[in-house]
Amino acid sequence: MTTETRPVEARPLVTEPHPYIPLTPDDRAAMLATIGVASTDDLFTDIPAAYRNPSINIPDALTELELLDEMRTLAARNRTGSDYACFLGAGAYHHFRPSLIDPLVMRGEFLTSYTPYQPEVSQGTLQTIFEFQSLVCELTGMDVANAGMYDGASALAEACLMACAVTGRRRIAVSERVHPNWLAVVQGYAHGRDIGVDMMPHPAPGATFVLSDEHACLAVAQPDFYGRMSLDAASWGEAAHAAGALFLVAAEPISLGMYRPPSEYGADIVVAEGQSLGVSLSYGGPYVGLFACRNDYIRQMPGRIVGRTADLEGRTGYVLTLQTREQHIRRERATSNICTSQQLIALSASMYLAALGPRGLRRVAELCYEKAHYLADRIDELAGFRVERDEPFFHEFVVRPQKPPSEINRALIERRIIGGLDVSDAIHNRMLLCATELNTRVEIDALVEALAEVSR
Amino acid sequence: MTNLQSSTFNLQQPEPTLDARSHAGRIAVAMPHSDVPGAEAPPAELLRRDLRLPELSQLDVVRHYTRLSQLNWSIDTHMYPLGSCTMKLNPKVNDAIAAMPGFADAHPMQPAADVQGALAVVYGLQRTLAEITGMAETSLAPLAGAQGELAGVLVIKAYLESRGEKRTTILVPDSAHGTNPATASMAGFDVVAVKPQPDGDMDLDALRVALEEHGPTVAALMITLPSTLGLFDRNIVQIAEMVHAHGAQMYGDGANLNAMVGQVKPGDLGFDVMHINLHKTFSQPHGGGGPGAGPIVVKEHLIPFLPSPHVVVDADEDERWKMEDGSGSGRPSSIIHPPSSATYRLHDPERTIGRLGAFHGNFGVLLRAYAYISSLGPDGLRAMSEAAVLNANYVQARLRGAYDLAHDRTCMHEVLFSGRKQKAQGAKTLDIAKRMIDYGYHPPTIYFPLVVEEALMIEPTESETKETLDAFCEAMLQIAAEAETQPELLREAPHNAPLRRLDEATAARKPVLRW
Ligand SMILES: Cc1ncc(COP(=O)(O)O)c(C=O)c1O
Repeated sequence: MTTETRPVEARPLVTEPHPYIPLTPDDRAAMLATIGVASTDDLFTDIPAAYRNPSINIPDALTELELLDEMRTLAARNRTGSDYACFLGAGAYHHFRPSLIDPLVMRGEFLTSYTPYQPEVSQGTLQTIFEFQSLVCELTGMDVANAGMYDGASALAEACLMACAVTGRRRIAVSERVHPNWLAVVQGYAHGRDIGVDMMPHPAPGATFVLSDEHACLAVAQPDFYGRMSLDAASWGEAAHAAGALFLVAAEPISLGMYRPPSEYGADIVVAEGQSLGVSLSYGGPYVGLFACRNDYIRQMPGRIVGRTADLEGRTGYVLTLQTREQHIRRERATSNICTSQQLIALSASMYLAALGPRGLRRVAELCYEKAHYLADRIDELAGFRVERDEPFFHEFVVRPQKPPSEINRALIERRIIGGLDVSDAIHNRMLLCATELNTRVEIDALVEALAEVSR
Repeated sequence: MTNLQSSTFNLQQPEPTLDARSHAGRIAVAMPHSDVPGAEAPPAELLRRDLRLPELSQLDVVRHYTRLSQLNWSIDTHMYPLGSCTMKLNPKVNDAIAAMPGFADAHPMQPAADVQGALAVVYGLQRTLAEITGMAETSLAPLAGAQGELAGVLVIKAYLESRGEKRTTILVPDSAHGTNPATASMAGFDVVAVKPQPDGDMDLDALRVALEEHGPTVAALMITLPSTLGLFDRNIVQIAEMVHAHGAQMYGDGANLNAMVGQVKPGDLGFDVMHINLHKTFSQPHGGGGPGAGPIVVKEHLIPFLPSPHVVVDADEDERWKMEDGSGSGRPSSIIHPPSSATYRLHDPERTIGRLGAFHGNFGVLLRAYAYISSLGPDGLRAMSEAAVLNANYVQARLRGAYDLAHDRTCMHEVLFSGRKQKAQGAKTLDIAKRMIDYGYHPPTIYFPLVVEEALMIEPTESETKETLDAFCEAMLQIAAEAETQPELLREAPHNAPLRRLDEATAARKPVLRW
């Protein structure tokens, strides 16, 4: 190959400067000379020639101005809670987001840093993780928490795998009232490790789950998928422990502003979806899974953990710790394969808790509770609707309308209302409605009015 | 100490924890009173007695986080040449797009008819990533690279099960990232390591031996391309043929895709499934450890097993993928505007491996990747990988005299040095890394891959200017000179960071994990 005969950079890829790729033709020529090759083509000769330079059939580049224009058009094709009254929950909740969160969380120093592998220049991220762990412990009542998981569902799945590792057992018991999408995630992770999953029927009030000594854990949700808070959770925990299994509770963080933390009714591992703590709905992600457990199980925990320590001069600092659990050290024997997680979202959840404090969080929980109960009471007054009230509920409840929920929802959206989730697949002709502090009385009354109209 | 001469010094004072700043009776954001009649209280036994969250004023909270942010280095503040992590520009327009209320407030459980804009983005990105990688279909469900690996390996497992094959082994080069073996074991496979040969390419004889020894039990080879050594394996096509000849699948770890986009399509090389880290090649900010997204792209035979949900379009034919003149295939005029006839919906692939998260993937991350690809177009993407490779080779050329190369050949988007020479002089790779902090550069990836002694892996990315690269190289040369003459300067570094080196041993021995 005689590189000298080839023209230098005969094929300019982009004829105009591109804001993301700063090398100029001069730069390139000088750099190629330093490297000692004639063209960038010479840097790619390890790729078999027959496969080089494929065509890519995607549209030509847009400038920032054009891109924003197009994306606005697309965004306008969604009907969202910013323009509609939203009564949809089912695992993702429409909450108020304090204004201080975005400008702080979007600071480039947080946004564009990597996992804090170099502690001397990552104390910001490390300390916020330590604080996140502490806040999650306070909220759940547990001893220790990790830096966060992908989302609540995968946190539950990992908790089930962890219970298997702790107990050495290979079957798990999961309440059928866990969010159906979470159940699906648990099943997928369990299938990977060839772990058996028993879907447990929900016991009647006053009764408990029946486990065997093959079960590594009992996993329940409190509130459950239908919004109900059981009075029997402590006896479920006892049943799990009597079988030698761990008791896993999927909690809802806002509810913990007023309800007992799972630590008080026997939980060994608590997981939760952190989205409700000031995180945008963003069509399902990015969210963050909270993961906390008892001290005994620290070394089986998945995910990153930050600990407090000191530098050479005795000043307080923070580092990633207990890393011998993790994939980069333990490889195929790691507790989990998780690496990149959801740190920025954990940070915004921490900011939310710091902003609201105990008083604010309790107020939000109470507002949710009161608005949901006001809505339920008003719906109960309507002919053709019945609210299911066999157990206490938090901010979500099941309604039995006469008409199909899908039909009702179509009518509601015309009235600028996003209705509840149609759960008819699971329970015949039912709708799951949610109210939060964002739903004003005016909105709630409008929903009730609309429901009355549609069912006429 | 009363040394208060500079404001930077003040900014680098330790920041107390939220808990230490807390003072009962303060609040940073007030919530309203209820506008509905009070409800009957829940049963007392359900209620919590105390909640010990910190109580801070608004200024406390703002200052706390602002100050903490200033203790961090980031792409926005420093060159951050972390190998394998692709610390490139994270365009601000992408954040603006993700924050548009039409996207940020879309609820994941809304009926498809009400979120057509969101679904159009997901669909467009599915098609685009398949096109870029030369694969048949994409799933955007995985929430990070490691979860993409899990999804990909579970897809392989389900495919093999559907054919009645029980294959229990996955081959993984020992240079692989830790997530590869960890994933294989989470998916229920045994891991067998394969060694590279001295030039960095896979040892074909070792592969042959492994394939023959484990014969019909081998489910897949998990291989990173370009490799974690920063090299394009010259035998990749042959490797794929050998793996396929044994009835096994080719799994590609696409963490290093930034070197290949537009240069070569992994699908053409024989990969059956590959994950892509959108937080590397496609510019999602790393956020101090996420969120990312780890889509997988697959060949035709694996489509039925893809994770759920998948977005499909109901139209006679996808009009957008026709030529502008309507002639069939070719470059669409826009990946954004769907034909008015199209409606998108969520779909569970026939024999899906199931769900990976509660909803449809990290949508906010998908949006940013979509915006990024739209900003570059096909020529821009090719220019991107070309510049990334040029920059890495430039750094290699400038530093090769001072540091030992792990493999002396053209590299791809990252260059792997070994600090063994400096180690002999009394300064380990860790010391070089810490000294770089004093010069204002974030350290590169160190001690990875594990197979290279004193590894030091530099990935400059396409985002840096030549001036920055030159200054960086000067600093590295200076450090190499210091290692020769005064290695203690490196051993005691950093000297100018907010903190000196931290005691990690005590942190692990006596863990303090909360306030
Ligand atoms: C080569 C390689 N594979 C896999 C991963 C895992 O990806 P993630 O961190 O997104 O889970 C990484 C990133 O750290 C990587 O560098």
